[in-house]
Amino acid sequence: MLAYLIFTLTIGGIYALLALALNLVWGGAGLVNLGLAGFFAVGAYASALATGAGAPILIGWGAAILAGLLAGFLVTFATLRLRDDYLAIVTLGFAEIVRLVALNERWLTKGADGVSGVRAPFKAELGVAGFNFFYLTLVAAIACLVWLALRRLDLSPWGRAAKAVREDQELARFAGKRVLRIKFEAFAVSAAIAALAGALYAHFTSYVSPDHFQPLITIYVFLAVTAGGVGRPLGALVGGYGVVLFLEATRFLAGMTPGLAPVQVAALREIVIGASLLAVLHLRPQGVFAERPPKAPRLP
Amino acid sequence: MTELLEVSAATRAFYGVEVLRGVDLAVRKGSLTGLIGPNGAGKSTLFNVVSGLYPADGGAIRFKGADVTRAAPDELVRAGLVRSFQLARGFPKLSVFQHLVLHGRDQPGEGLAAALFGSAAARRREQALGEKALAVARRLKLESVLDNLAAALSGGQKKLLEIGRALMAEPEMILLDEPMAGVNPALAREIAAHLRALNAEGVTILLIEHDMGVIRELCDPVIVMAEGRVLTEGGFAAVAADPRVQEAYLGRRR
Repeated sequence: MLAYLIFTLTIGGIYALLALALNLVWGGAGLVNLGLAGFFAVGAYASALATGAGAPILIGWGAAILAGLLAGFLVTFATLRLRDDYLAIVTLGFAEIVRLVALNERWLTKGADGVSGVRAPFKAELGVAGFNFFYLTLVAAIACLVWLALRRLDLSPWGRAAKAVREDQELARFAGKRVLRIKFEAFAVSAAIAALAGALYAHFTSYVSPDHFQPLITIYVFLAVTAGGVGRPLGALVGGYGVVLFLEATRFLAGMTPGLAPVQVAALREIVIGASLLAVLHLRPQGVFAERPPKAPRLP
Repeated sequence: MTELLEVSAATRAFYGVEVLRGVDLAVRKGSLTGLIGPNGAGKSTLFNVVSGLYPADGGAIRFKGADVTRAAPDELVRAGLVRSFQLARGFPKLSVFQHLVLHGRDQPGEGLAAALFGSAAARRREQALGEKALAVARRLKLESVLDNLAAALSGGQKKLLEIGRALMAEPEMILLDEPMAGVNPALAREIAAHLRALNAEGVTILLIEHDMGVIRELCDPVIVMAEGRVLTEGGFAAVAADPRVQEAYLGRRR
Protein backbone atom coordinates (compact mmCIF):
# COMPACT_ATOMS: atom_id res chain seq x y z
CA MET A 1 0.00 0.00 0.00
CA LEU A 2 2.82 2.39 0.86
CA ALA A 3 4.52 1.60 -2.43
CA TYR A 4 1.25 2.34 -4.23
CA LEU A 5 0.89 5.66 -2.44
CA ILE A 6 4.47 6.64 -3.25
CA PHE A 7 3.94 5.67 -6.88
CA THR A 8 0.75 7.75 -7.04
CA LEU A 9 2.41 10.80 -5.51
CA THR A 10 5.38 10.55 -7.87
CA ILE A 11 3.04 10.47 -10.86
CA GLY A 12 1.22 13.36 -9.17
CA GLY A 13 4.44 15.38 -9.22
CA ILE A 14 4.88 14.66 -12.92
CA TYR A 15 1.31 15.80 -13.61
CA ALA A 16 1.98 18.87 -11.49
CA LEU A 17 4.90 19.70 -13.79
CA LEU A 18 2.69 19.18 -16.84
CA ALA A 19 0.00 21.36 -15.29
CA LEU A 20 2.56 24.08 -14.54
CA ALA A 21 3.70 23.90 -18.18
CA LEU A 22 0.13 24.21 -19.43
CA ASN A 23 -0.67 27.03 -17.05
CA LEU A 24 2.30 29.01 -18.35
CA VAL A 25 1.21 28.83 -21.96
CA TRP A 26 -2.58 28.73 -21.52
CA GLY A 27 -3.18 30.62 -18.29
CA GLY A 28 -0.24 32.93 -18.93
CA ALA A 29 -0.32 33.72 -22.63
CA GLY A 30 -3.74 32.38 -23.63
CA LEU A 31 -2.44 29.77 -26.08
CA VAL A 32 -4.55 26.61 -26.01
CA ASN A 33 -1.92 23.90 -26.27
CA LEU A 34 -3.57 20.51 -26.71
CA GLY A 35 -0.20 19.07 -27.69
CA LEU A 36 1.09 18.66 -24.18
CA ALA A 37 1.25 14.86 -24.44
CA GLY A 38 3.45 15.35 -27.53
CA PHE A 39 6.02 17.46 -25.70
CA PHE A 40 5.82 15.01 -22.79
CA ALA A 41 6.66 12.20 -25.26
CA VAL A 42 9.46 14.17 -26.91
CA GLY A 43 11.14 14.61 -23.52
CA ALA A 44 10.63 11.00 -22.49
CA TYR A 45 12.09 9.61 -25.71
CA ALA A 46 14.91 12.17 -25.87
CA SER A 47 16.16 11.23 -22.43
CA ALA A 48 15.52 7.49 -22.85
CA LEU A 49 17.45 7.41 -26.13
CA ALA A 50 20.27 9.68 -24.95
CA THR A 51 20.90 7.69 -21.77
CA GLY A 52 20.40 4.47 -23.74
CA ALA A 53 23.27 5.59 -25.95
CA GLY A 54 25.45 5.94 -22.86
CA ALA A 55 24.94 9.53 -21.77
CA PRO A 56 24.72 10.25 -18.02
CA ILE A 57 21.18 10.75 -16.74
CA LEU A 58 21.58 14.48 -16.10
CA ILE A 59 22.75 14.92 -19.70
CA GLY A 60 19.67 12.94 -20.77
CA TRP A 61 17.42 15.31 -18.87
CA GLY A 62 19.25 18.27 -20.39
CA ALA A 63 18.69 16.73 -23.82
CA ALA A 64 14.99 16.35 -23.00
CA ILE A 65 14.73 20.05 -22.08
CA LEU A 66 16.55 21.06 -25.26
CA ALA A 67 14.38 18.80 -27.40
CA GLY A 68 11.29 20.29 -25.75
CA LEU A 69 12.50 23.84 -26.39
CA LEU A 70 13.21 22.97 -30.01
CA ALA A 71 9.84 21.27 -30.51
CA GLY A 72 8.16 24.25 -28.85
CA PHE A 73 9.86 26.66 -31.24
CA LEU A 74 8.91 24.53 -34.22
CA VAL A 75 5.26 24.27 -33.23
CA THR A 76 5.03 28.00 -32.47
CA PHE A 77 6.62 28.75 -35.82
CA ALA A 78 4.12 26.51 -37.60
CA THR A 79 1.16 28.08 -35.81
CA LEU A 80 2.09 31.78 -35.87
CA ARG A 81 -1.21 32.83 -37.38
CA LEU A 82 -3.43 30.51 -35.37
CA ARG A 83 -5.19 31.04 -32.09
CA ASP A 84 -7.97 29.62 -29.97
CA ASP A 85 -9.71 26.58 -31.51
CA TYR A 86 -7.43 26.45 -34.55
CA LEU A 87 -4.30 26.41 -32.43
CA ALA A 88 -5.86 23.72 -30.27
CA ILE A 89 -6.55 21.53 -33.32
CA VAL A 90 -3.04 21.87 -34.73
CA THR A 91 -1.33 21.22 -31.40
CA LEU A 92 -3.53 18.17 -30.86
CA GLY A 93 -2.37 17.02 -34.28
CA PHE A 94 1.23 17.60 -33.28
CA ALA A 95 0.86 15.32 -30.26
CA GLU A 96 -0.65 12.59 -32.41
CA ILE A 97 2.14 12.97 -34.98
CA VAL A 98 4.75 12.51 -32.25
CA ARG A 99 2.96 9.40 -31.04
CA LEU A 100 2.62 7.96 -34.54
CA VAL A 101 6.24 8.69 -35.40
CA ALA A 102 7.27 6.92 -32.21
CA LEU A 103 5.04 4.00 -33.20
CA ASN A 104 6.38 3.67 -36.74
CA GLU A 105 10.03 4.74 -36.74
CA ARG A 106 11.18 1.44 -35.33
CA TRP A 107 14.89 2.07 -35.98
CA LEU A 108 14.79 4.93 -33.49
CA THR A 109 12.07 4.15 -30.98
CA LYS A 110 11.56 0.38 -31.31
CA GLY A 111 7.93 1.08 -32.29
CA ALA A 112 5.19 -0.43 -30.19
CA ASP A 113 7.73 -2.49 -28.22
CA GLY A 114 8.91 0.73 -26.64
CA VAL A 115 12.26 1.55 -25.11
CA SER A 116 12.80 -0.57 -22.04
CA GLY A 117 15.52 -0.62 -19.44
CA VAL A 118 15.70 3.16 -19.16
CA ARG A 119 18.21 3.70 -16.37
CA ALA A 120 16.74 4.72 -13.02
CA PRO A 121 19.13 6.93 -11.05
CA PHE A 122 20.64 5.31 -7.91
CA LYS A 123 18.24 2.38 -8.08
CA ALA A 124 21.07 -0.14 -7.55
CA GLU A 125 22.46 1.78 -4.57
CA LEU A 126 19.12 2.55 -2.88
CA GLY A 127 17.12 -0.61 -3.51
CA VAL A 128 13.62 -0.55 -4.89
CA ALA A 129 11.87 0.98 -1.86
CA GLY A 130 14.64 3.49 -1.24
CA PHE A 131 14.66 4.49 -4.90
CA ASN A 132 10.91 5.03 -4.98
CA PHE A 133 11.09 7.29 -1.97
CA PHE A 134 14.12 9.15 -3.34
CA TYR A 135 12.42 9.68 -6.68
CA LEU A 136 9.20 10.91 -5.07
CA THR A 137 11.20 13.54 -3.21
CA LEU A 138 13.21 14.46 -6.30
CA VAL A 139 10.12 14.94 -8.46
CA ALA A 140 8.38 16.96 -5.74
CA ALA A 141 11.46 19.15 -5.32
CA ILE A 142 11.70 19.79 -9.06
CA ALA A 143 7.96 20.55 -9.23
CA CYS A 144 8.33 23.04 -6.36
CA LEU A 145 11.36 24.67 -7.98
CA VAL A 146 9.50 25.04 -11.28
CA TRP A 147 6.48 26.38 -9.39
CA LEU A 148 8.62 29.03 -7.67
CA ALA A 149 10.22 30.05 -10.97
CA LEU A 150 6.87 30.28 -12.74
CA ARG A 151 5.34 32.18 -9.85
CA ARG A 152 8.16 34.66 -10.19
CA LEU A 153 7.49 34.92 -13.92
CA ASP A 154 3.76 35.30 -13.29
CA LEU A 155 4.30 38.30 -11.04
CA SER A 156 6.97 39.90 -13.23
CA PRO A 157 6.49 42.51 -15.96
CA TRP A 158 6.91 39.64 -18.45
CA GLY A 159 3.97 37.82 -16.86
CA ARG A 160 1.88 40.97 -16.99
CA ALA A 161 2.66 41.47 -20.67
CA ALA A 162 1.88 37.80 -21.36
CA LYS A 163 -1.50 38.13 -19.67
CA ALA A 164 -2.19 41.19 -21.79
CA VAL A 165 -1.49 39.00 -24.83
CA ARG A 166 -3.88 36.41 -23.40
CA GLU A 167 -6.67 38.94 -22.95
CA ASP A 168 -6.35 40.75 -26.29
CA GLN A 169 -3.28 40.27 -28.43
CA GLU A 170 -4.15 43.08 -30.81
CA LEU A 171 -4.51 45.55 -27.98
CA ALA A 172 -1.26 44.26 -26.46
CA ARG A 173 0.51 45.38 -29.62
CA PHE A 174 -0.97 48.84 -29.15
CA ALA A 175 0.48 48.75 -25.65
CA GLY A 176 3.89 48.42 -27.33
CA LYS A 177 4.38 44.73 -26.45
CA ARG A 178 6.32 42.37 -28.69
CA VAL A 179 3.49 39.88 -28.91
CA LEU A 180 5.24 37.34 -31.10
CA ARG A 181 8.32 37.15 -28.90
CA ILE A 182 6.19 36.64 -25.79
CA LYS A 183 4.28 33.83 -27.50
CA PHE A 184 7.49 32.12 -28.60
CA GLU A 185 8.96 32.37 -25.12
CA ALA A 186 5.86 31.12 -23.34
CA PHE A 187 5.39 28.21 -25.73
CA ALA A 188 9.03 27.12 -25.76
CA VAL A 189 9.49 27.29 -21.99
CA SER A 190 6.21 25.46 -21.48
CA ALA A 191 7.27 22.75 -23.93
CA ALA A 192 10.62 22.41 -22.17
CA ILE A 193 8.90 21.88 -18.80
CA ALA A 194 6.57 19.28 -20.31
CA ALA A 195 9.60 17.53 -21.84
CA LEU A 196 11.38 17.53 -18.48
CA ALA A 197 8.28 15.92 -16.98
CA GLY A 198 8.52 13.30 -19.73
CA ALA A 199 12.16 12.59 -18.93
CA LEU A 200 11.39 12.23 -15.21
CA TYR A 201 8.59 9.84 -16.12
CA ALA A 202 10.77 7.73 -18.40
CA HIS A 203 13.46 7.27 -15.74
CA PHE A 204 10.86 6.44 -13.10
CA THR A 205 9.01 3.70 -14.97
CA SER A 206 12.15 2.61 -16.89
CA TYR A 207 9.98 2.04 -19.94
CA VAL A 208 8.47 4.30 -22.59
CA SER A 209 6.17 3.30 -25.40
CA PRO A 210 3.78 5.22 -27.64
CA ASP A 211 0.88 3.95 -25.51
CA HIS A 212 2.00 6.18 -22.65
CA PHE A 213 1.29 9.34 -24.56
CA GLN A 214 -2.39 9.19 -25.41
CA PRO A 215 -4.24 12.53 -25.81
CA LEU A 216 -6.14 11.64 -22.64
CA ILE A 217 -3.11 12.80 -20.62
CA THR A 218 -3.55 16.30 -22.04
CA ILE A 219 -7.21 16.26 -21.05
CA TYR A 220 -6.34 15.25 -17.48
CA VAL A 221 -3.81 18.08 -17.32
CA PHE A 222 -6.43 20.54 -18.55
CA LEU A 223 -8.66 19.21 -15.78
CA ALA A 224 -5.84 19.81 -13.29
CA VAL A 225 -5.26 23.40 -14.40
CA THR A 226 -8.97 24.20 -14.60
CA ALA A 227 -9.69 22.78 -11.16
CA GLY A 228 -6.58 24.37 -9.63
CA GLY A 229 -7.17 27.79 -11.16
CA VAL A 230 -6.17 29.03 -14.61
CA GLY A 231 -3.56 31.76 -14.49
CA ARG A 232 -2.17 30.94 -11.06
CA PRO A 233 0.90 28.65 -10.79
CA LEU A 234 -0.09 27.48 -7.29
CA GLY A 235 -3.36 26.22 -8.73
CA ALA A 236 -1.49 24.16 -11.33
CA LEU A 237 0.85 22.64 -8.72
CA VAL A 238 -2.00 21.65 -6.41
CA GLY A 239 -4.25 20.71 -9.32
CA GLY A 240 -1.65 18.31 -10.77
CA TYR A 241 -1.30 16.38 -7.51
CA GLY A 242 -5.03 16.66 -6.85
CA VAL A 243 -6.10 15.21 -10.18
CA VAL A 244 -3.83 12.16 -9.91
CA LEU A 245 -4.99 11.48 -6.35
CA PHE A 246 -8.57 11.90 -7.51
CA LEU A 247 -8.10 9.62 -10.53
CA GLU A 248 -6.67 6.91 -8.28
CA ALA A 249 -9.39 7.43 -5.67
CA THR A 250 -12.09 6.83 -8.28
CA ARG A 251 -10.75 3.26 -8.63
CA PHE A 252 -11.75 2.52 -5.05
CA LEU A 253 -14.93 4.54 -5.22
CA ALA A 254 -16.18 2.70 -8.31
CA GLY A 255 -14.96 -0.61 -6.89
CA MET A 256 -17.04 -0.14 -3.75
CA THR A 257 -20.26 0.11 -5.72
CA PRO A 258 -22.00 -3.25 -5.25
CA GLY A 259 -23.42 -5.44 -8.00
CA LEU A 260 -21.23 -4.28 -10.89
CA ALA A 261 -19.14 -6.31 -13.28
CA PRO A 262 -15.48 -5.20 -13.61
CA VAL A 263 -16.18 -3.69 -17.04
CA GLN A 264 -19.00 -1.66 -15.56
CA VAL A 265 -16.75 -0.51 -12.73
CA ALA A 266 -14.24 0.84 -15.27
CA ALA A 267 -17.02 2.63 -17.12
CA LEU A 268 -18.41 4.04 -13.88
CA ARG A 269 -14.97 5.41 -13.10
CA GLU A 270 -14.91 7.32 -16.39
CA ILE A 271 -18.40 8.66 -15.64
CA VAL A 272 -17.31 9.89 -12.22
CA ILE A 273 -14.28 11.65 -13.73
CA GLY A 274 -16.37 13.34 -16.40
CA ALA A 275 -19.07 14.36 -13.94
CA SER A 276 -16.55 15.86 -11.56
CA LEU A 277 -15.03 17.96 -14.35
CA LEU A 278 -18.52 19.28 -15.07
CA ALA A 279 -19.05 19.92 -11.37
CA VAL A 280 -15.80 21.91 -11.11
CA LEU A 281 -16.67 24.00 -14.16
CA HIS A 282 -20.15 24.63 -12.82
CA LEU A 283 -19.43 25.28 -9.14
CA ARG A 284 -16.08 26.98 -9.27
CA PRO A 285 -15.22 27.98 -12.85
CA GLN A 286 -12.30 30.11 -11.65
CA GLY A 287 -10.69 27.10 -9.93
CA VAL A 288 -9.74 26.48 -6.30
CA PHE A 289 -6.96 29.06 -6.41
CA ALA A 290 -8.48 31.77 -8.56
CA GLU A 291 -6.27 34.22 -10.42
CA ARG A 292 -5.59 37.30 -8.32
CA PRO A 293 -4.28 40.45 -9.91
CA PRO A 294 -1.58 41.97 -7.68
CA LYS A 295 -2.72 44.96 -5.63
CA ALA A 296 -1.46 48.43 -6.41
CA PRO A 297 1.16 49.70 -3.99
CA ARG A 298 -0.09 52.37 -1.60
CA LEU A 299 1.94 55.49 -1.14
CA PRO A 300 1.80 57.12 2.29
CA MET B 1 6.59 74.83 -38.05
CA THR B 2 7.46 71.17 -38.43
CA GLU B 3 5.24 68.31 -39.44
CA LEU B 4 5.21 65.42 -36.97
CA LEU B 5 2.89 63.19 -38.97
CA GLU B 6 2.58 63.29 -42.74
CA VAL B 7 0.18 61.16 -44.73
CA SER B 8 0.39 61.32 -48.50
CA ALA B 9 -1.91 59.70 -51.04
CA ALA B 10 -2.93 56.96 -48.59
CA THR B 11 -5.42 54.50 -50.04
CA ARG B 12 -7.19 51.54 -48.52
CA ALA B 13 -10.04 49.43 -49.84
CA PHE B 14 -12.06 46.63 -48.26
CA TYR B 15 -13.33 44.02 -50.71
CA GLY B 16 -13.35 46.54 -53.51
CA VAL B 17 -14.94 49.35 -51.52
CA GLU B 18 -12.53 52.25 -51.47
CA VAL B 19 -12.62 53.74 -47.99
CA LEU B 20 -9.52 55.87 -48.27
CA ARG B 21 -9.14 57.40 -51.73
CA GLY B 22 -5.86 59.25 -51.50
CA VAL B 23 -5.64 61.00 -48.14
CA ASP B 24 -3.11 63.82 -47.85
CA LEU B 25 -2.68 65.49 -44.51
CA ALA B 26 -0.04 66.75 -42.14
CA VAL B 27 -0.18 67.30 -38.41
CA ARG B 28 2.00 70.03 -37.01
CA LYS B 29 4.18 69.20 -34.02
CA GLY B 30 2.62 70.51 -30.81
CA SER B 31 -0.80 71.11 -32.35
CA LEU B 32 -4.18 69.86 -31.21
CA THR B 33 -5.62 69.03 -34.59
CA GLY B 34 -9.25 68.10 -35.06
CA LEU B 35 -10.38 65.52 -37.61
CA ILE B 36 -14.05 65.77 -38.53
CA GLY B 37 -16.28 64.54 -41.27
CA PRO B 38 -19.59 62.76 -41.72
CA ASN B 39 -19.96 59.10 -40.81
CA GLY B 40 -18.23 56.91 -43.35
CA ALA B 41 -15.74 59.59 -44.35
CA GLY B 42 -12.86 57.24 -43.46
CA LYS B 43 -11.62 58.90 -40.27
CA SER B 44 -11.38 55.73 -38.19
CA THR B 45 -9.95 53.79 -41.13
CA LEU B 46 -7.29 56.47 -41.48
CA PHE B 47 -6.44 56.00 -37.78
CA ASN B 48 -6.27 52.24 -38.27
CA VAL B 49 -3.95 52.60 -41.25
CA VAL B 50 -1.72 55.18 -39.57
CA SER B 51 -1.48 53.21 -36.31
CA GLY B 52 -0.50 50.02 -38.14
CA LEU B 53 -3.64 47.98 -37.49
CA TYR B 54 -3.85 47.29 -41.20
CA PRO B 55 -1.50 48.35 -43.95
CA ALA B 56 -2.29 51.00 -46.50
CA ASP B 57 -2.82 49.74 -50.04
CA GLY B 58 -0.85 52.68 -51.37
CA GLY B 59 0.65 55.99 -50.34
CA ALA B 60 3.12 56.81 -47.60
CA ILE B 61 3.04 57.69 -43.93
CA ARG B 62 5.88 59.50 -42.21
CA PHE B 63 6.27 60.01 -38.48
CA LYS B 64 9.04 62.28 -37.20
CA GLY B 65 10.34 62.32 -40.75
CA ALA B 66 10.83 58.54 -40.89
CA ASP B 67 8.82 56.31 -43.19
CA VAL B 68 6.43 54.19 -41.10
CA THR B 69 4.05 53.03 -43.83
CA ARG B 70 4.64 49.37 -43.03
CA ALA B 71 5.46 49.74 -39.33
CA ALA B 72 3.75 47.40 -36.83
CA PRO B 73 1.62 48.87 -34.04
CA ASP B 74 4.13 48.04 -31.31
CA GLU B 75 6.97 49.65 -33.28
CA LEU B 76 4.92 52.83 -33.65
CA VAL B 77 4.10 52.86 -29.95
CA ARG B 78 7.78 52.54 -29.10
CA ALA B 79 8.49 55.36 -31.55
CA GLY B 80 6.03 57.56 -29.63
CA LEU B 81 2.80 57.27 -31.62
CA VAL B 82 -0.06 56.02 -29.45
CA ARG B 83 -3.76 55.66 -30.16
CA SER B 84 -7.05 55.13 -28.36
CA PHE B 85 -10.07 53.24 -29.63
CA GLN B 86 -13.55 54.52 -30.35
CA LEU B 87 -15.08 51.75 -28.24
CA ALA B 88 -12.94 51.74 -25.10
CA ARG B 89 -11.03 48.47 -25.02
CA GLY B 90 -9.17 46.86 -22.20
CA PHE B 91 -7.77 43.62 -20.87
CA PRO B 92 -10.81 42.34 -18.92
CA LYS B 93 -8.92 40.41 -16.24
CA LEU B 94 -6.21 42.98 -15.58
CA SER B 95 -6.67 45.60 -12.88
CA VAL B 96 -6.65 49.32 -13.59
CA PHE B 97 -3.24 49.60 -11.96
CA GLN B 98 -1.87 46.76 -14.08
CA HIS B 99 -3.25 48.44 -17.20
CA LEU B 100 -1.43 51.64 -16.39
CA VAL B 101 1.90 50.02 -15.51
CA LEU B 102 1.63 47.73 -18.53
CA HIS B 103 1.55 50.73 -20.83
CA GLY B 104 4.76 52.16 -19.41
CA ARG B 105 7.58 52.01 -21.90
CA ASP B 106 11.10 50.60 -21.70
CA GLN B 107 10.54 48.01 -18.97
CA PRO B 108 13.58 45.69 -19.13
CA GLY B 109 11.68 43.23 -16.91
CA GLU B 110 9.62 42.25 -19.94
CA GLY B 111 12.57 40.17 -21.10
CA LEU B 112 12.22 36.54 -20.08
CA ALA B 113 15.68 36.24 -18.51
CA ALA B 114 15.37 39.48 -16.55
CA ALA B 115 11.93 38.40 -15.31
CA LEU B 116 13.15 34.98 -14.23
CA PHE B 117 16.49 35.84 -12.67
CA GLY B 118 15.61 39.31 -11.45
CA SER B 119 17.34 42.49 -12.54
CA ALA B 120 18.01 45.65 -10.61
CA ALA B 121 17.15 47.75 -13.66
CA ALA B 122 13.76 46.04 -13.98
CA ARG B 123 13.02 46.59 -10.29
CA ARG B 124 13.93 50.28 -10.48
CA ARG B 125 11.83 50.73 -13.61
CA GLU B 126 8.89 48.92 -12.00
CA GLN B 127 9.13 51.25 -9.01
CA ALA B 128 9.22 54.31 -11.26
CA LEU B 129 6.34 53.07 -13.42
CA GLY B 130 4.30 52.26 -10.31
CA GLU B 131 4.73 55.78 -9.00
CA LYS B 132 3.88 57.25 -12.39
CA ALA B 133 0.78 55.04 -12.60
CA LEU B 134 -0.39 56.29 -9.21
CA ALA B 135 0.16 59.88 -10.32
CA VAL B 136 -1.77 59.29 -13.56
CA ALA B 137 -4.58 57.61 -11.62
CA ARG B 138 -4.75 60.58 -9.27
CA ARG B 139 -4.83 62.98 -12.19
CA LEU B 140 -7.68 61.07 -13.83
CA LYS B 141 -9.52 60.42 -10.54
CA LEU B 142 -9.16 56.67 -10.99
CA GLU B 143 -7.52 56.18 -7.58
CA SER B 144 -10.56 54.57 -5.99
CA VAL B 145 -10.77 51.84 -8.66
CA LEU B 146 -7.04 51.03 -8.96
CA ASP B 147 -7.51 47.40 -7.94
CA ASN B 148 -10.74 46.85 -9.90
CA LEU B 149 -10.66 44.69 -13.00
CA ALA B 150 -11.10 46.61 -16.25
CA ALA B 151 -14.23 44.57 -16.99
CA ALA B 152 -15.88 46.04 -13.87
CA LEU B 153 -15.40 49.71 -14.83
CA SER B 154 -18.17 52.06 -15.86
CA GLY B 155 -18.25 53.44 -19.38
CA GLY B 156 -16.84 56.78 -18.30
CA GLN B 157 -14.04 55.18 -16.29
CA LYS B 158 -13.10 53.09 -19.32
CA LYS B 159 -12.81 56.28 -21.36
CA LEU B 160 -10.60 57.81 -18.66
CA LEU B 161 -8.49 54.65 -18.59
CA GLU B 162 -7.97 55.00 -22.37
CA ILE B 163 -6.47 58.41 -21.68
CA GLY B 164 -4.46 57.05 -18.76
CA ARG B 165 -2.96 54.36 -20.96
CA ALA B 166 -1.96 56.95 -23.52
CA LEU B 167 -0.40 59.06 -20.76
CA MET B 168 1.66 56.15 -19.41
CA ALA B 169 3.23 55.53 -22.80
CA GLU B 170 4.87 58.99 -22.74
CA PRO B 171 3.92 59.58 -26.37
CA GLU B 172 4.92 62.37 -28.67
CA MET B 173 1.63 62.06 -30.46
CA ILE B 174 -1.76 60.60 -29.59
CA LEU B 175 -4.49 59.60 -32.03
CA LEU B 176 -7.77 59.88 -30.12
CA ASP B 177 -10.85 58.30 -31.65
CA GLU B 178 -13.92 59.95 -30.09
CA PRO B 179 -12.68 60.05 -26.50
CA MET B 180 -15.89 61.77 -25.37
CA ALA B 181 -18.46 59.67 -27.19
CA GLY B 182 -21.15 58.38 -24.87
CA VAL B 183 -20.03 60.11 -21.68
CA ASN B 184 -22.00 62.66 -19.69
CA PRO B 185 -21.35 66.37 -20.36
CA ALA B 186 -19.51 66.92 -17.07
CA LEU B 187 -17.08 64.09 -17.80
CA ALA B 188 -16.71 65.27 -21.39
CA ARG B 189 -15.61 68.68 -20.07
CA GLU B 190 -13.17 66.92 -17.74
CA ILE B 191 -11.73 64.90 -20.61
CA ALA B 192 -11.45 68.07 -22.71
CA ALA B 193 -9.48 69.69 -19.88
CA HIS B 194 -7.16 66.65 -19.75
CA LEU B 195 -6.55 66.90 -23.48
CA ARG B 196 -5.78 70.60 -23.28
CA ALA B 197 -3.36 70.02 -20.40
CA LEU B 198 -1.67 67.19 -22.27
CA ASN B 199 -1.29 69.34 -25.33
CA ALA B 200 0.15 72.16 -23.21
CA GLU B 201 2.79 69.68 -22.00
CA GLY B 202 3.90 69.29 -25.60
CA VAL B 203 2.01 66.19 -26.75
CA THR B 204 0.67 66.49 -30.27
CA ILE B 205 -2.94 65.33 -30.53
CA LEU B 206 -5.06 64.33 -33.50
CA LEU B 207 -8.66 64.15 -32.35
CA ILE B 208 -11.68 62.61 -34.04
CA GLU B 209 -14.82 64.04 -32.49
CA HIS B 210 -18.40 64.61 -33.57
CA ASP B 211 -19.23 67.22 -30.94
CA MET B 212 -18.59 70.47 -32.81
CA GLY B 213 -18.58 72.44 -29.56
CA VAL B 214 -15.59 70.44 -28.40
CA ILE B 215 -13.84 70.79 -31.75
CA ARG B 216 -14.40 74.54 -31.81
CA GLU B 217 -13.15 74.92 -28.27
CA LEU B 218 -10.07 72.68 -28.49
CA CYS B 219 -8.82 72.27 -32.01
CA ASP B 220 -6.75 74.34 -34.34
CA PRO B 221 -6.47 73.53 -37.15
CA VAL B 222 -9.43 71.36 -38.11
CA ILE B 223 -9.16 68.86 -40.96
CA VAL B 224 -12.37 67.85 -42.72
CA MET B 225 -12.66 64.47 -44.43
CA ALA B 226 -15.41 63.29 -46.72
CA GLU B 227 -15.73 60.24 -48.92
CA GLY B 228 -12.21 59.03 -48.31
CA ARG B 229 -10.42 62.29 -49.00
CA VAL B 230 -9.41 65.43 -47.17
CA LEU B 231 -11.88 68.14 -48.11
CA THR B 232 -10.32 71.14 -46.49
CA GLU B 233 -8.26 72.31 -43.54
CA GLY B 234 -8.19 75.47 -41.48
CA GLY B 235 -9.48 77.25 -38.42
CA PHE B 236 -12.86 76.09 -37.10
CA ALA B 237 -14.75 79.21 -38.20
CA ALA B 238 -13.36 79.11 -41.72
CA VAL B 239 -14.01 75.38 -42.07
CA ALA B 240 -17.56 75.66 -40.71
CA ALA B 241 -18.33 78.44 -43.15
CA ASP B 242 -17.03 76.47 -46.12
CA PRO B 243 -20.00 75.52 -48.35
CA ARG B 244 -18.27 72.25 -49.35
CA VAL B 245 -18.16 71.18 -45.71
CA GLN B 246 -21.81 72.02 -45.22
CA GLU B 247 -22.60 70.02 -48.32
CA ALA B 248 -20.66 67.02 -47.08
CA TYR B 249 -22.56 67.04 -43.79
CA LEU B 250 -26.01 68.07 -44.97
CA GLY B 251 -26.14 66.92 -48.56
CA ARG B 252 -26.08 68.83 -51.83
CA ARG B 253 -28.50 71.63 -52.47
CA ARG B 254 -30.52 70.95 -55.57
